[in-house]
Amino acid sequence: MPIILDHVTYKYSTGTAYEKTALSDVCLTIPDGQFIGIIGHTGSGKSTLVQHLNGLLKATEGTIYYNGKDIYDKTFDMKDLRTQVGMVFQYPEHQLFETTVFEDVSFGPKNQGLPKKDVDLRAYEALSSVGIPQEVCDSSPFELSGGQKRRVAIAGVLAMKPAVLILDEPTAGLDPKGRDEILDLIQETHRRSGNTVILVSHSMEDVASYVDRIIVMDGGKVKYDDTPKEVFKSYKELEEIGLAAPQVTYLMKELKEAGWPVKSSVTTVSEARDEIIKALKK
Amino acid sequence: MKSIKQMMIEARGLSHEYFRRDDDGNVTEIVNALSGVDINVKPGQFIAILGHNGCGKSTLAKHINVLLTPSDGTLYVSGMDVKDEDNTIDIRRNAGMVFQNPDNQIIASIVEEDVAFGPENIGVETDEIWKRVEKSLKSVGMLEYRDHSPNRLSGGQKQRVAIAGVMAMQPKCIILDEATAMLDPVGRKEVLSAVKELNREKHVTILWITHYMEEVTEADYIYVMDKGKIIMEGSPKGVFSQVELLREHRLSVPQITELAFELKEEGLPLPDGILTREELIEELNKCRLS
Repeated sequence: MPIILDHVTYKYSTGTAYEKTALSDVCLTIPDGQFIGIIGHTGSGKSTLVQHLNGLLKATEGTIYYNGKDIYDKTFDMKDLRTQVGMVFQYPEHQLFETTVFEDVSFGPKNQGLPKKDVDLRAYEALSSVGIPQEVCDSSPFELSGGQKRRVAIAGVLAMKPAVLILDEPTAGLDPKGRDEILDLIQETHRRSGNTVILVSHSMEDVASYVDRIIVMDGGKVKYDDTPKEVFKSYKELEEIGLAAPQVTYLMKELKEAGWPVKSSVTTVSEARDEIIKALKK
Repeated sequence: MKSIKQMMIEARGLSHEYFRRDDDGNVTEIVNALSGVDINVKPGQFIAILGHNGCGKSTLAKHINVLLTPSDGTLYVSGMDVKDEDNTIDIRRNAGMVFQNPDNQIIASIVEEDVAFGPENIGVETDEIWKRVEKSLKSVGMLEYRDHSPNRLSGGQKQRVAIAGVMAMQPKCIILDEATAMLDPVGRKEVLSAVKELNREKHVTILWITHYMEEVTEADYIYVMDKGKIIMEGSPKGVFSQVELLREHRLSVPQITELAFELKEEGLPLPDGILTREELIEELNKCRLS
């Protein structure tokens, strides 16, 4: 169920002295099954953009089509959209509220009106897919560690089986191992279910090693929209807008300048390792 | 006594335990948040503390300005015993703290008033307060924002205002507990370089607590914590040489160090603990020539 953004502009505080254009003339097509990274510095419009995708914010101008239907049409079922486009906010563990882990994860599917049996099944599946052991399911979510809480919060959204999963900085504040665990489980669910994943992130290294496509936001506009390799070629322009390429990309460029026969469009550690080994054998 | 005077922070066998209770108030578990921690911080040093979520690093930080007190062991801050309640106020003046969330530590509606809050509370004279506000804002590069409202600043700018607020108390030491965790790459860079400058120019002792390995490659000394204990310590080079051990403790190494490690696994004769691109390129060039 593709999402199409057609010349979307969003202004807030219109008509006051604080009027600001947060998104300006954004056109994007998000086909089924892609793993997309959205990067941009604070205030570049990335969170505003994703909040449009499930109708939390309404475009000032332009429109959004979900599965061919205009979501701003009066007859459009917004509730249905929100069950299909699931959103994990920043620090989602702050939204845990139920008395047990299991109840918390059941809340979403219960609200979708599913029968109790299906709700339980969904909650079990979601919890096991994020690696929460069964013996924890009956304890209070507030007794868990930070990383576990975050995984339970993500499970709460996964249990609704959204066709499109949006995560706004899911790894903020986690230790390196916790970061890898969360990203691996998102990638795993993506592979298994073929859902669309949209990952909003500050970490270029994370984005480079997981996504198929990067959308770079700057000043409310789409600045780049391409594969990681292509986007990180413009590392100088990225720096100007407060971003950077992964460290290994810089290293490979410097090696190339020093006369090494290596590709400079490298974005991950394993690629860099293979390129260097290959060059040494020449 | 002599060694205590020389140290900014000196912990010996520092331990902190607390009880977990059930609904009826019965003790169900004793948690050792810190056990037997020894650290030495000399005045003017930039010290990094690494460790995964829940390893005890924030508990340690909270002892240094007496938000928590030790269950066992000793801790001296600037020569003062934290267990002596008469020292509490003095210790807090000497050791300022900056927390993770920029929005939770700004209280006034104008930047300069926020920075003035600390010195005003400790009874500094009005003229002196304004001098300090100006100096502190200047030292973190935020002077031009003195009349602004904090809620329109970026995360990095807010953290720098919070640091200026601590600086205005003229502490000898600043503890930053994951002060960059909620910031974007630019904000992180701004805050880190402001702190490095305070350390270099004003000789403020820094205790930098973080998850970002890239931030601490220039630290004077690194402590790595897990389960309330110090499990590794040393120079950045020494600590980051032990890639596998760090991974076991849920940590990582800077990306360049990781690449060097992987190349070494492939049989390249590279030294351990390469931290920068320049070092790696130099070493790779040697491999290529030989």
